[in-house]
Formats: sequence, structure tokens, C-alpha cells
Amino acid sequence: MADVNIAVDEKVDITDVVCPVTFVKTKVALEELDDGQILQVHLNDGEPVQNVPRSVKDEGHQILKLQDNEDGTYELYIKKVGD
Amino acid sequence: MAFTNEQLERYSRHIILSEIGVKGQKKLLNSKVLIIGAGGLGAPAALYLAAAGVGTIGIVDADVVDLSNLQRQVIHTTNDIGKKKVESAAETMRAINPDVTVNTYYDFVTSDNILDLIKDYDFVIDGTDNFPAKFLINDACVMAKKPLSHAGIIRFKGQLTTIIPGEGPCYRCIFKNPPPKDAVPTCKQAGVIGAMGGVIGSLQAMEAVKYITGVGELLNGYLLTYDALKMEFHKVKLPARGKGCAVCSDTPTITELIDYEQPACELKAHA
Repeated sequence: MADVNIAVDEKVDITDVVCPVTFVKTKVALEELDDGQILQVHLNDGEPVQNVPRSVKDEGHQILKLQDNEDGTYELYIKKVGD
Repeated sequence: MAFTNEQLERYSRHIILSEIGVKGQKKLLNSKVLIIGAGGLGAPAALYLAAAGVGTIGIVDADVVDLSNLQRQVIHTTNDIGKKKVESAAETMRAINPDVTVNTYYDFVTSDNILDLIKDYDFVIDGTDNFPAKFLINDACVMAKKPLSHAGIIRFKGQLTTIIPGEGPCYRCIFKNPPPKDAVPTCKQAGVIGAMGGVIGSLQAMEAVKYITGVGELLNGYLLTYDALKMEFHKVKLPARGKGCAVCSDTPTITELIDYEQPACELKAHA
């Protein structure tokens, strides 16, 4: 399910939590990274996939790709912007 | 220090804020705040700081919970009557948030103990109800260079300021000396509306959180006054620091702490 074209620096699974902790866990993982590094987020369909990419964008990070795993989950690739 | 899933959920509304985030929440968890007075101001301040995850909270008070306190001192309950206020407050804070370490000091602040009390804390909240204590706390915080939130409430009015020693005016820059004994009524004699402690004490907690996280602009250099009857807030700019101030000028005339005399009717035996 990982995208071979994107070199991922860190992964986080947020399928075990619900909103707003989904975004909180993503944010925590992003804060650990340096500018330009890439985070892969494993998330559920529905509310997480609707809200997390938007919230991440609002914080100024770059969404590289959202990939549908076709099993009710997605992979979200985020490039950290800023420190 | 990594957050547990439970902590992520507990502090999620803080962590989501771009101004706070993970870094700000970690700063709160690593911070130490001393609250002097577990009464009308100290009660809401202590509740919000405990809930916010301020890692260490010290609380100083030499009183026991009295039935007449419960109209405004929301950290104590009817079942706490007769209990030391510091113990009652500590129990409530620990029940709200087990992440918090609470240190209790069942004592009055005096010139002998105050420097020792404040020395390990990052920020001091003055929630006392009398002028001798307010001047003592100000002078000690200036001498020890501890940031301080000063506040006072009476009837339908409240006021507060934040004092960052060396960066802005102190309490003594505004008020040179305590008023003569019995010239100003205490809230015991004059009364105070219960929610006033909630408004002003919560603002003190807000200043502590902002200081610790380094977010926004503090109230140093300003006095914020609140008149509940007119529903008016005023932010009054204070004169610059130190000019002729007996304690915080570059050539202070007060270099030792002073225990001013308390009005006799306010003195209580140390039960």
C-alpha cells in the first residue's frame, strides 16, 4: 500500500483514534520532523479523510498525495513546511 | 517526553491550536506556578492551570474552608468545610488532572518565608485579599525577578496587571505604600460578587499560560479594570518602570522585605 515513488521519513497510524485526536496525532508526528521531510499517515475513510488533510494544509504543510487503499483506509503523504 | 494517547486526547484542544501545539503543551507540563491564596482568585486560577496541565502547582494559604467562602471559592465544596484550604484545593486539582504535582504550603507569606516559597517557581499568582501581602509579594518577586500576576477584587469590581521585573512597572510603581489601616474595606467587610473571582482569577491563569508558552502579549505595563455593573473593561497604560520606585528602580531604597501590619479585624489565629 505504500507509494514507491515517495521517500517517506516517518509513518503514523491514526486508524486507532477518532477526531480530533486523529489530527492531534498527525500534528505530533509532524512536529518531530524537519522542514522538507515527509510523513506518511495511515487513516480511515469518512471523517478522518475529510478533516485531517484540510487541517494539515491549514497549518501550512504540503499534501503530496492521498492514496485510496480500497479497504476503507487511505495513505496520506505530507511534506513538512517550516520548523 | 512522548505523549500517551490519553494525554493527546486530554490536551487535544490545546495541541490543535497553532499557537500552543505540542511544544506549548510540553512547556506547560514542564512549568511550575505558585498560587498565593486559595480563595476567590486562587480557586479558578488553580482549576484552570491544573486542567491545562501545568506540571507543578504550588498553593499557599493559612486558612481552613469556611461556609462563607463557598459562594465564590469554587475549588472547595460543602464537604470541605473545616479542611485546610490548601488540602481541599490540592484534592480537587489532582482529581481534575493526575498529571499535575501539587505542593501545599499551609502558611501565611511573610518576609521570612516568601523568597524561599517563590524560588523554585516560574510564575507567581497573587490571589491574596490584603495589602500587606500584596506589597510583600510584589517586593519579593521584584527582588527575585519572578514574573507575577497581581489582582484584586471587591464588590462588583476587579483589576489585574502582570509584572515582569526589569521589563515593566511593578505594583509599587503604581501604589507607593499600603493604604492606612482600615482606610480601604476588605472584601469581607464590603462584599464581593462570586463570579468576579471567576473572571479575574481566570484572567490570571490566562496570563500564566501565555507567559509559559510565550504566546501573545502580556498585561505588563497595563492595568486592566473590570466594572461588572457597567459591564466595562478598561486597559489603562501604566507609567514606565522604576522612575523613583522604592523597590524596582535602579537605585532602590527598599532592599529588605517588609511585613506591614494587618488590620486587627482581619487577623486570624493560625488554626
